[in-house]
Amino acid sequence: MIAKRTFKYVLSFLMMFGALSIQAHEGDSTQVHEDHVAHSDESAHEGNLINSPEEIKAYIKHHLQDAHDFVFYTNGESGEHIGFSLPVILWDGGLQMFSSSKLDHGHAVAESNGNFYKLFHGKIYKTDAAGTITLDDHNHPTNVRPLDFSITKSVVGMLLTGLLMIFMFTRLAKSYKKGPIPTGFGRALEPLIIYVRDEIARPNIGETKYKKYMSFLLTVFFFIWICNLLGLTPLGFNVTGQIAVTACLALFTFLIVQFSGNKDYWGHIFWMPGVPVPMKIILAPIEVLGMFTKPFSLMIRLFANITAGHFVVMSLIALMITLKAMFGPVASTGVSVALTLFISVIEILVAFLQAFIFTMLSSLFIGMAVQEHEHH
Amino acid sequence: MYNLIGAGLIVIGGGIGLGQIGGKAMEGIARQPEAAAKIQTAMIIIGALLEGLAFGALILGK
Repeated sequence: MIAKRTFKYVLSFLMMFGALSIQAHEGDSTQVHEDHVAHSDESAHEGNLINSPEEIKAYIKHHLQDAHDFVFYTNGESGEHIGFSLPVILWDGGLQMFSSSKLDHGHAVAESNGNFYKLFHGKIYKTDAAGTITLDDHNHPTNVRPLDFSITKSVVGMLLTGLLMIFMFTRLAKSYKKGPIPTGFGRALEPLIIYVRDEIARPNIGETKYKKYMSFLLTVFFFIWICNLLGLTPLGFNVTGQIAVTACLALFTFLIVQFSGNKDYWGHIFWMPGVPVPMKIILAPIEVLGMFTKPFSLMIRLFANITAGHFVVMSLIALMITLKAMFGPVASTGVSVALTLFISVIEILVAFLQAFIFTMLSSLFIGMAVQEHEHH
Repeated sequence: MYNLIGAGLIVIGGGIGLGQIGGKAMEGIARQPEAAAKIQTAMIIIGALLEGLAFGALILGK
């Protein structure tokens, strides 16, 4: 029993650490298209009231990305940010740690142990004392990037989720010592756990083998669900909307499927039984490709659904600004609030649905890997 | 402008797909009300897969 629980803790810590360490390289592709709103990103931080569509786009883009500090409220006139800064942890030959308030949202150059760092489009680059960022032909910086292990907003979100899960489920497990029926909040958790076991794990993986994978499926299900719900709060989290986080989750599914594949599984990939030989040769590369596209689609599905949801919610909130000129402040606010409420309710459904789909497909892939086939 | 035409095409494709699933699911439930829960689960799963495709295309095409 001790080994199972340790495995669960190790898995959830590995997930957090994995997402932490890929943080340094995430978001590269989304930068290419957004260069034309680069400068309005600065004006949104000047403290002006957000009025124009470009400022709205910059605001939304900034909130879809990860940040090194929490900003709960920005005073429109004075430009004052209310929130708190998170620690920046860099590995640059040596360990550098400082508060992100030194970076001042990209306006200042932070100095630490003789090295200078500056935020540019949300990423930290090593610069000289003046903070020069040299750009190449495509407007990408050529400065060196140190390895970024900072505690960013998404890391705080994941740690919150992890702590919440540990708290909830250890209490539920302990409550079983007193009797078979849980009390309190455990009464809400138990049907969910039984649902994952009886409707997701057992039909797909099989009666004899599902127990080994229950800890992974349960962790992934509740982690994605709680992180999605966190993103709907006004605190500004966007954990599962980071491609690094979903990539790690899909990577775990991929690794578990590959490492638990039995001989029949590999046989079906490389030398599909029951078809003529020319077909076997054609099917082999397709199956190998399928081995990679299945977790890839898991990653893209979760990332795209959650990011699109956040984008739509923020756009509908911004609707009250864009419609203000045409319909007046009261009508535009009313329309915006009604639509945003409607979309937020749908997003609550999407939060659960995406967790369910990820878990269901993971269990399907694991089931395909461990399935015993009858031999004719 | 071509962005909007592309987005419209993606929505049409997704709409047709989801409509087909919904319609066939309704027919199936009408024929056999006892199997309603299973059909509903399968419908939701395929709906999420299709949405994943549509959203993926939206994000890739930006």
